[in-house]
Amino acid sequence: MPEFDLIIIGAGPAGMSAAATAAHGGLQVLLLDEQAQPGGQIYRNVGQNRTSRGWLGTEYASGARLVDALYHPGVTMQFGATVWRLDAGPRVVWSQNGASHITAAPHVLLAGGAQERPVPFPGWTLPGVMTAGAAQILMKTAGMLPRDAVLAGSGPLLYLVAAQMIDAGCPPKALVETQSAWAMLRALPYLPKAIFAAGTLLKGLSLISRIRKAGVRRYKAASAFRAATDTSGAIHFSFRSRGKQETLTCALLLTHQGVIPSSHMSRAAGITHEWNAAQVAFQPVHDIWGATDCRGLHVAGDGAGIGGAQAAAAAGELAALDILRATGRLSADARNQRATTARAVLFRARAIRPFLDTAYPPPAEILSPTDETIICRCEEVTAGALRQSMTEGAQGHRQIKTSLRVGMGACQGRMCDATVRGILSAGKASRVGLIAPPRARSPIKPIKLGELAALTIDQEEKA
Amino acid sequence: MKIASRFLTPPEAGTTVQFRYDGETVTAPAGISLAAAILTHSGAFTRQTATGSARTAFCMMGVCFDCLVEVDGIPNTQACMTPVRSGMVVNHQMGLRGLKGGNDA
Repeated sequence: MPEFDLIIIGAGPAGMSAAATAAHGGLQVLLLDEQAQPGGQIYRNVGQNRTSRGWLGTEYASGARLVDALYHPGVTMQFGATVWRLDAGPRVVWSQNGASHITAAPHVLLAGGAQERPVPFPGWTLPGVMTAGAAQILMKTAGMLPRDAVLAGSGPLLYLVAAQMIDAGCPPKALVETQSAWAMLRALPYLPKAIFAAGTLLKGLSLISRIRKAGVRRYKAASAFRAATDTSGAIHFSFRSRGKQETLTCALLLTHQGVIPSSHMSRAAGITHEWNAAQVAFQPVHDIWGATDCRGLHVAGDGAGIGGAQAAAAAGELAALDILRATGRLSADARNQRATTARAVLFRARAIRPFLDTAYPPPAEILSPTDETIICRCEEVTAGALRQSMTEGAQGHRQIKTSLRVGMGACQGRMCDATVRGILSAGKASRVGLIAPPRARSPIKPIKLGELAALTIDQEEKA
Repeated sequence: MKIASRFLTPPEAGTTVQFRYDGETVTAPAGISLAAAILTHSGAFTRQTATGSARTAFCMMGVCFDCLVEVDGIPNTQACMTPVRSGMVVNHQMGLRGLKGGNDA
């Protein structure tokens, strides 16, 4: 492989936009992504869906522009490529088709995006319960439509998936929203600022009006989720809404409570992380260009703090401009000048976040679920077991992990860490940030022992 | 009891592949993930945990590791990250893996 000036990890909106900007500026770029195609989760398969699956909508289709811009001689793309280690240097260790590679470059941009916030409740591990994002991935990649599905939780994605299902001719059976009128009231003061993102706001309102027109049954201020199954495989979903106990029977229960940055890579790299109280999540500390306190490492996109696709593409461009400056391809003045448009896009895209973050907060019972709820799906540890170990004297995150194996399974804490913190803070979002973020160590994705053994010392020295 | 797929899959143009899942021949559109192909075929579990709980694909983006199946004799393969290929032999997984890679349960 040739020498690279920049390695970008993640081919979502941030990574794609950064790759194109950097390559046009004269850099040799290696773009790595775990998936088979560029797009990230938001624009998943967008390059393949140009003339099909129109019900995914025009905003989704607009992502094809970013995919097209990747075809530049300066961009080398590797797909099905999982990064499992990041060393000082920086150098990136990545796995593809069962073999690992080590690639070094003066600059690395982490654009790994986000994951859905885990939504634990009794029964969330049953076949037939999935995340709303998972269903959307199946719609985008395989044209599969959720059958007889209930959407439950809160956040803009829930409305988007509902509208896409309606347009595809397969509307959800019901929309069960945890969001309360109280949260909406608290969010109102942020509405004036959100006017800068009027386009996004209007799109949101149009999604809600389409759901209304389609006659989808909506339950508000829902709580106490519980799912059970029977021999036919049907899901019986019960919850409380406005003081009434409800039960819905469905084939699929799709839950969502917003997204949080995927921070395993940035944490394992040693970047300092900070608590974002409004978004109830940790994120890597970075400057206005995405530069971090680790030499050679930039971050951009939802992995650096949730902002959505437009903000991610703008942040990717800003990071690439800063890397062009650092490599001497641009003066600081030229960088600042060229950044004007991206900065304006970023400002507008972020203007709606305080409103959204306040209007659709994760409920306390999701952050700190009931005792019987499995919180660690891999090791099958319940919230009750965790509370028990706390009363028995386990102090903090690490001792709980040692005593219960919570977070030590294959997902490496991705599905439980937010909940462990939530329970340690007794469900008070404001207190979660007082607990230090957990350490993440390589390999940050499981790899086979044989693959590790096949990495030779020679390869390591060369890199 | 056979559990019907929880998804509707309107026919689309394009090539298909055939693979084996738990001894059955399954046809799927080329280019989709193995997890998507199995979810089109059945709504049942694809693995059982160490305590015997039923699981199947949950996040579809490589995060949760609940979609682990055995592919061509290799256990613990993430079905959502594996493109479906013609002639694949896929089996559900029960319990934990043995050190030699077999099914302990």
